[in-house]
Amino acid sequence: MSDISAAARSDVSIHGAMGEKIVVRGLNFFYGASRAIKDVNVSLRDRKVTAFIGPSGCGKSTLLRVLNRMYDLYPNQRAEGEVLLDGENILSPGLDLNLLRARVGMVFQKPTPFPMSIYDNIAFGIKLYEKLSKSELDERVESALRRSALWEEVKDKLSASGLSLSGGQQQRLCIARTVAIRPEVILLDEPCSALDPISTAKIEELIDELTEDYTIAIVTHSMQQAARVSAFTAFMYLGELIEFDETSKVFTAPREKRTQDYVTGRFG
Amino acid sequence: MADFYHKRRRSNAVWTVLSYSATAFGLGWLVLILWALLWNGLGGLSLDIFTKMTPAPGVEGGLLNSIIGSFIMTGIGVLIGAPLGILAGTYLAEYGHNSRVAWVIRFINDILLSAPSIVVGLFIYQLFVVPFGHFSALAGGLALAVIATPVVARTTEDMLNLVPNTLREAASALGMPRSVVIQRIAYRSVRAGLVTGVLLAVARITGETAPLVFTALGNSLFEWDPRQPMSSLPLIIYDFARSPYPEQQKLAWTGALLVTFAVLGMSIVARVLTSRVSSK
Repeated sequence: MSDISAAARSDVSIHGAMGEKIVVRGLNFFYGASRAIKDVNVSLRDRKVTAFIGPSGCGKSTLLRVLNRMYDLYPNQRAEGEVLLDGENILSPGLDLNLLRARVGMVFQKPTPFPMSIYDNIAFGIKLYEKLSKSELDERVESALRRSALWEEVKDKLSASGLSLSGGQQQRLCIARTVAIRPEVILLDEPCSALDPISTAKIEELIDELTEDYTIAIVTHSMQQAARVSAFTAFMYLGELIEFDETSKVFTAPREKRTQDYVTGRFG
Repeated sequence: MADFYHKRRRSNAVWTVLSYSATAFGLGWLVLILWALLWNGLGGLSLDIFTKMTPAPGVEGGLLNSIIGSFIMTGIGVLIGAPLGILAGTYLAEYGHNSRVAWVIRFINDILLSAPSIVVGLFIYQLFVVPFGHFSALAGGLALAVIATPVVARTTEDMLNLVPNTLREAASALGMPRSVVIQRIAYRSVRAGLVTGVLLAVARITGETAPLVFTALGNSLFEWDPRQPMSSLPLIIYDFARSPYPEQQKLAWTGALLVTFAVLGMSIVARVLTSRVSSK
């Protein structure tokens, strides 16, 4: 009996430390009749950053949008295969999409603050899932803003509109908003492509800190960014996963010629 | 080369002058209309207008019952038409998109938008006046609602289409159900635009006469009860403008002045609000 529980515990610890948070198996994705992702197998390690790189149209953003079923908003888009989040297939039809999205948060390319105050931008999401007192809510908003390295800049103007912030601040507000509802996975879809270098550096620093608690997938066009922030890198090309390995290997000793050509800037 | 250049300059000048003249021509009539209204109507504007009933021939009076009637019937029209229009516009922009049903609704809505208002009046006459055996303010308000609904539906759809899809996605990505995304995010980001649509509809139905002729009929007495025939400013203008009595003609001018400036005011507010939405 104690042996079994010990074994179970060690299994949990393996799952926790080195385990795979999300496993994608045999994934195909269709926009109408055209297939944008072809038989992709990939996994996201728990509390690690996995970067998805590849030229435009390779399917990396599409893959990301499968992981929280964002594509479900559009009638002509469909995924086939398996995507396991802690062992549960999120592509199964009966799944509660809103609960899935509470567990798998997403930050987009363009900052998308809601047309409301900075405070409400963050409180809004929390209030969807939890009934908190005013002081608890205040605390959660503050901690989310601190986590996103935005607190010092906005603490005196929480009632100002979220739209009044600069682009970089808006993006950190969006990250704060996502973090505030305590997801397990965060998907970042080119989060810095609309930002200046200083804001980009801040976001990358933030990603580093967030890895302590969250599993992160980031789509990026910048190879340097992938190399800087990620532990694992997946290189995609024309809807296929060409190579997936530890970032250091992908960038220094890729197995595939196409990967090497891409990371050295010969195409893409 | 110089020749060609001068030719271009000349043709530019000619077309510029023509464009300005066309604008001046159009605006000229508007100015004349406003001028005529002020000239003829301003003199009749007194406290009596707002305190006394519409008079019998040869007697002095005011427009109180017509003003109240206009408010009541426009109110009924907006209370019914605005929610219907907003819901319809929301369906078209948020759910229908390019579906067949949405296409049909949009087509019918466009027909309704340009339908002659007298036809709407006759329709309500058949539906709500004939069966009940008498004219009523309620029937008038319903006719106005039929006119207001497509206006609100159209502006609501147009405004919601201005909401960037990225905002909807961002809201959905937090796990918001669709209804919350629409009510709390989409409506909110174009609130001024939605108000504009309703204001435009109010402006439109405030000046309508034809749909009321067969429905509200008009009433020279003060009337609160919407089940009874009721007067309204456009109806009384229509009546008194044809009257041979100068007192009544004068009241018609003043009524026209009131309606026109009310509509003008609402249109201006609507314009200002719209420009705020699109500049954001």
